[in-house]
Amino acid sequence: MSTASVPLPNWINYGLIPVLNLIVAFLISGFVVWLIGESPLDALSLLIEGSLGNGEFIGFTLFYATSFIFTGLSVAVAIHAGLFNIGSEGQAYVGGLGCALVALSLDKYVPWYVTMPVAVVGAALFGAIAAFIPAWLQAKRGSHIVITTIMFNYIIASLMNYLLVHVLIVPGKMAPETRTFLEGGQLPKLTWLMEIFGTKLGAAPLNISFIIALVMCYVVWLLIWRTKLGFEMRTLGVSPTAASYAGIPYMRIVMIAMMLSGALAGMMALNPVMGASARLQVGFVGGAGFVGIAVSLMGRNHPLGIIFAAILFGILYQGGDWISFEMPNITREMILVIQGLVILFAGALEYMFRPAIVRLYQQFKRA
Amino acid sequence: MDYYEIFISILASTIRLSIPLIFTALAGLFSERAGIFDIGLEGKMLGSAFAAACVAYLTDSAWLGLGAGVVCSVALSLVHGFASITNRGNQIVSGVAINFFIAGITIVLGQAWFGQGGRTPQLPPEARFAPIILPGADAIHDVPIIGPLYANVISGNNILTYLAFLAVPFSWWVLYRTRFGLRLRAVGENPGAVDTAGISVAWLRYRAVMCAGILCGFAGTYLAIAQSAAFIKDMSAGKGYIALAALVFAKWKPVPVMFACLLFGFLDALANFMQGKSVPLIGEVPVQVFQALPYILTCVLLAGFIGVAIPPKAGGVPYTKER
Repeated sequence: MSTASVPLPNWINYGLIPVLNLIVAFLISGFVVWLIGESPLDALSLLIEGSLGNGEFIGFTLFYATSFIFTGLSVAVAIHAGLFNIGSEGQAYVGGLGCALVALSLDKYVPWYVTMPVAVVGAALFGAIAAFIPAWLQAKRGSHIVITTIMFNYIIASLMNYLLVHVLIVPGKMAPETRTFLEGGQLPKLTWLMEIFGTKLGAAPLNISFIIALVMCYVVWLLIWRTKLGFEMRTLGVSPTAASYAGIPYMRIVMIAMMLSGALAGMMALNPVMGASARLQVGFVGGAGFVGIAVSLMGRNHPLGIIFAAILFGILYQGGDWISFEMPNITREMILVIQGLVILFAGALEYMFRPAIVRLYQQFKRA
Repeated sequence: MDYYEIFISILASTIRLSIPLIFTALAGLFSERAGIFDIGLEGKMLGSAFAAACVAYLTDSAWLGLGAGVVCSVALSLVHGFASITNRGNQIVSGVAINFFIAGITIVLGQAWFGQGGRTPQLPPEARFAPIILPGADAIHDVPIIGPLYANVISGNNILTYLAFLAVPFSWWVLYRTRFGLRLRAVGENPGAVDTAGISVAWLRYRAVMCAGILCGFAGTYLAIAQSAAFIKDMSAGKGYIALAALVFAKWKPVPVMFACLLFGFLDALANFMQGKSVPLIGEVPVQVFQALPYILTCVLLAGFIGVAIPPKAGGVPYTKER
């Protein structure tokens, strides 16, 4: 009998299997560390210490997690409508343009709490615009969203490079970046949050966009599971033919889902651009869009799962930095190795252990 | 420099820049025609470049380097196959995973083994594929028009370049004139029918991804030990994705794949040439325009403005026997 159709309890599906996959990914990463000639256990303890050891480290971890929550939500919203958006990277890049333009034009005149809502809208709007053409190509012309979003990642990268090198650059400066935003264009740090827990944030750039990210998690949950639009999106995702039979307009839902996805990706830019560096820089997204794929997969496309997965990847990024600082033999790119393995085992090989677990479970139940 | 000389030099660098694209796009062709999407082309190319550079450095043999590149790339293909054929995982996710893993591991191991910031040591000439001077190239060099064309474009390339151009008709022959090719194309369109005929869908798809692995291995090897003399971190620099674009642009057909790759290679060569030069009437064209052009062209094609690109019907869908 095939094991694919045997139902498993939730604690196995959402608990045991992801954890098992994660453990395998970490075991292989440990093997790579051992291959280089360092102790995997030391590396693991450095990873934990470097990401959660004190308030500043936690601040950095949550700062990375903030970006990953946004991109994770972006990927998840599209997946619920049956669309694989790997363009979050590019959409976030354009989102950066949106919030930078808002910050550049408002920061002289108003305080941050006036700039922030406008910047959120600007970032979301630009991200949605970036997703518009791939969405239209998918909905109207039937071209594969995966291919078009890959193409758009590169088109957008070229466009943004051009804008930063030729248009937005500060005259007379070499670095392709905008001027530094004034106070009115910077998001405040969450120093008070850390003080509640009795630690100090230090130099960590954790800022108010973390709160925005958490709010967006709730909004996405509402949208997907509590609204008519969310229901239509999920129906389309599960079965396009059933959706069309039920009179759900394919074209409209695809466009809306992709533009919402792009908007969420665009909002990610608030965190690095207005929260951390206070200027728009070349390549500021730095792969966070792709991490979003892993985060969404690990979090089973559910906002709550996405928060946990984003924090896990935040730990990897911040802890990985610390490892490369303490163990010069291991470069920062070790993060990419672990990330690749996590995506492979938690994503593509998701069901590798399922047949074996089903058999064990059935034996266990019979006994 | 007169115009003809400029033309020749752009043509020569077009060839050089197209070779990795041709190998990689043909790799994608085998995989995608069998119904396995391959986003991991980029990673496979980068991984095999690293393996080829390491082995060529250790053994001083370009051919062993090529072997290592191919073995590395085939191994990655098998991982992709294991995930997407045996475990019916998501093919896109598997490809993304391979790209991440390779982007990291090449630098981590490169730094740990050689300590040059992710580079491998410079290779001596005998560990590389040297240019081959075709007979008569020197004699004919001074003949107008044909001379420079023969001496600088057709002659003076390394063996992998000639192999790439041979791989195109060979791929066509395999895909369209052999039983294996017919079945491979069938399994990408309608795996159920192939299964009904008593042919193993899984084994056929495994062979297809292995073909892709071999071709990607050539691409990576070319980058590391024919075009350059070392592995440089992230040296594939998105070429895997351009190859993917070329594959779509060529509508999943072998000979158009070659022309699409030559076109995209030409755009790359033109971008290098045009840097800092101005065009009459238009002025200086930003280099980013040329960088984005392959992707824009592909999107325009996908929008249906230049014919229709129909992907293999069963592409990206794992095959389940029992339902």
